[in-house]
Amino acid sequence: MRSNRLRYVTQSVAKILIWIAALSTIAVMILILFQILREGLPILRLSFFTQSPKSMGREGGILTPIIGTVALTVVAIIVATPLGVGTAVFLREYTRESRISRVIRFGTDCLAGVPSIIFGLFGFVFFVIYLNMGWSILSGGLTLAAMILPTIICTTEEAIKAIPYSFREVSYSLGGTKWQTVTRAILPNALPGIFTGIILSVGRSIGETAAIILTAGSSLVMPTSLFSPIRTMAVHFYILAREGISMEMAYGTGAALILLVLFVNTIANGLLNRYIRHRS
Amino acid sequence: MEIKEKLIEKILLFIALSSISILALIAFFIFGEGLPFIWKIGPHAFLLGERWVPSHGEFGILPMIVGSFWVTLGALLLGIPLGLACAIFLCEWTPPLAATFLRPAIQLLAAIPSVIYGFWGLVVLVPLVRTYLGGPGLSILSGSVILGFMILPTIISISEDALRALPPYYKAGGLALGATHWQTIWRVLIPAARSGIVASIILGMGRAIGETMAMIMILGNAVKMPSSFLDSARTLTTNIGIEMGYASGSHRQALFATGVILFFIIMILNSSAIVLSRRRVE
Amino acid sequence: MGCSTDIFGTGLKGDLVVQEKKMMVQDFSFYYDSFQALKNINLDFRSNEIFTLFGPARSGKTTLLKSLNRLTDFIYGARHSGTILLDGKDIYDPKWNLTQLRRRVGIVFDLPTPLPMSIFDNVAYGPKLSGKTKTSLKNMVEKALRSAVLWEEVKDRLNTSALRLSGGQQQRLCIARVLALEPEVLLLDEPCSGLDPISTTSIEETLVQLKKEYTIILVPHNIQQASRVADRAGFFLNGELVEVGPAYQIFTGPKDRRTEDYITGRFG
Repeated sequence: MRSNRLRYVTQSVAKILIWIAALSTIAVMILILFQILREGLPILRLSFFTQSPKSMGREGGILTPIIGTVALTVVAIIVATPLGVGTAVFLREYTRESRISRVIRFGTDCLAGVPSIIFGLFGFVFFVIYLNMGWSILSGGLTLAAMILPTIICTTEEAIKAIPYSFREVSYSLGGTKWQTVTRAILPNALPGIFTGIILSVGRSIGETAAIILTAGSSLVMPTSLFSPIRTMAVHFYILAREGISMEMAYGTGAALILLVLFVNTIANGLLNRYIRHRS
Repeated sequence: MEIKEKLIEKILLFIALSSISILALIAFFIFGEGLPFIWKIGPHAFLLGERWVPSHGEFGILPMIVGSFWVTLGALLLGIPLGLACAIFLCEWTPPLAATFLRPAIQLLAAIPSVIYGFWGLVVLVPLVRTYLGGPGLSILSGSVILGFMILPTIISISEDALRALPPYYKAGGLALGATHWQTIWRVLIPAARSGIVASIILGMGRAIGETMAMIMILGNAVKMPSSFLDSARTLTTNIGIEMGYASGSHRQALFATGVILFFIIMILNSSAIVLSRRRVE
Repeated sequence: MGCSTDIFGTGLKGDLVVQEKKMMVQDFSFYYDSFQALKNINLDFRSNEIFTLFGPARSGKTTLLKSLNRLTDFIYGARHSGTILLDGKDIYDPKWNLTQLRRRVGIVFDLPTPLPMSIFDNVAYGPKLSGKTKTSLKNMVEKALRSAVLWEEVKDRLNTSALRLSGGQQQRLCIARVLALEPEVLLLDEPCSGLDPISTTSIEETLVQLKKEYTIILVPHNIQQASRVADRAGFFLNGELVEVGPAYQIFTGPKDRRTEDYITGRFG
């Protein structure tokens, strides 16, 4: 009897500890958001978004960093999407489990785990120096593209995998070639999944700092071309905070960053949920 | 028609190969910059040297290796129990209301940029540590705590997948033998999902070792052998992140050499995690 | 149709009404890895007839059906021996254009498989692949839907999603989709398995109509259906073709014990 009671005491203690763990995870998330938004939201006036930073960011707004974030993200998505979707289509529709598909899958899995500072070093020596692109939107965008590629490959593969086998069989049975089947029966139906992957990548691009600071620079000058150096919101936030330029501006930028990430994430989740419900 | 199909297949193969060639390019360029340097000063002096004074040509990264080790260990000490608990909470207890809060919270933890974590650590956690535990506040302890939360999403999502992938009769069998729910979880489900859980821990470890920006902001970045959890420290990543901006010549090469070591560690961790999760699938 | 006991016959016999041998299966065996799904099948399908392949589950009917337009090509680890001829030409000849084969030999699957697009786009899917123009598409779609006896029900809502149709309508849509390709041979794999009796009747009536223009090879979902529509029938058991003959003969006086057991067993 005693041991039986002990078992249930153990269970209760375990349950309580697990509850504490779950609650503290939620609490930390709330604390982080609360701290940044409480200090930062009052800074977010319209002019904060429409003015360029003045005197190193001590005054003015964050217009150029916003442009920088958008520019880098756009370049990264434009480059990574065709590569990622193409790779996923190749893996799912054009090969069976073979040596080559295993190598490709291993490579993308590894790429997904490479830290951003390594991407930064690579982008710096390859794009900035070796290809002589300098610190620029292009260098930063291409580095980012390499970073988000695994995400896009992975989500596209999942989306393609979720498409019933019958779609392929129907398309082939109606005389479709492989490519026609991919473009007319598979990709249109995988589109929501692919889009979710892209949105997730946008989120990652917005928050990335280490790789960008080494490849796109941290210039506050309004960019004029793809070869102009640029500062993104995340980099701006980092510099403001670390160099102690202006805590007020740092909080403002941080709040804007968080709101943007929250927004992008909500869209991605909404899409994902609708997609899953639609499928089942 | 036939020719077009063949051509498309070749193009797709080319795309797929170029996607992974990025990994090869990364290895090639970082090794190309860093390996000759390690060779020049000798792996021994580089890896086990305790002094890092670039201006005097002294490049020993042992303090950074030790720093990375302690911070990662600390992060795991916090992240593993917390992550496992959350994974169990999500797939075994799942009180509906709490789960609806926990899941988005975890997604947000994954989405918050690392600079935000670093900043929060700097303005909230560091002062707390300084006030209540002494020392500079910018310390391995602060870094570990922040890092522990940063790797939570990785550990939770992959262990949760592993637990969910178990056939339902495992649980039914455990309960049918008269075990309590907790005993079933602890003695049946967790051991059965072992390789997935270990893979999640390894990936979390990789993420911890690779984190840069948050650590630059919290660790204090002193180049010395840390002697306690309240000491300031520098990791392999922060060493690169801080000095890359102005380094040149052999100093820059030394930073790439640091990258080589980092890349090496990450590759070992990644491969073992991949092998582990493959085994789970098979 | 004439009555002939010599269905493997090579030549013409007496006063037999001769129908063209549209497809011929010769010494055909099929393997999934080590499992042999079809054992040395010899069989021919004639134009303007409904031929039913029947037998218990996993007896090889569907495998044979899918071999006839090489949909089995996608099955990993599958291989075959022997040949299948379409109008006297070996369809496994590497020179065959696979998409051409699939256009000439169309298939309808056991469950309705509308693609998630409009009714019109579903029917137009095949013709579009071969690059048909917009105006000719419209006529083709209408013709195919009329042939599948679906036109009257859907003519006002061609642009609504095919997923909104009832099961029976979806299956007739799938038939229309195949007909839009103007195939010569029509393969049907238990096309009524998920349908109610009324839909089943309308599909069976459709098939009898279509016989005038096509060679129809049907895996029925039960023996009643086979006996209702078939001209000739072949009984499959464990990958073997046990018996072939005119439908009335097979279903009323089978020669082989196993066929009889199966038919009578089914009827009670």
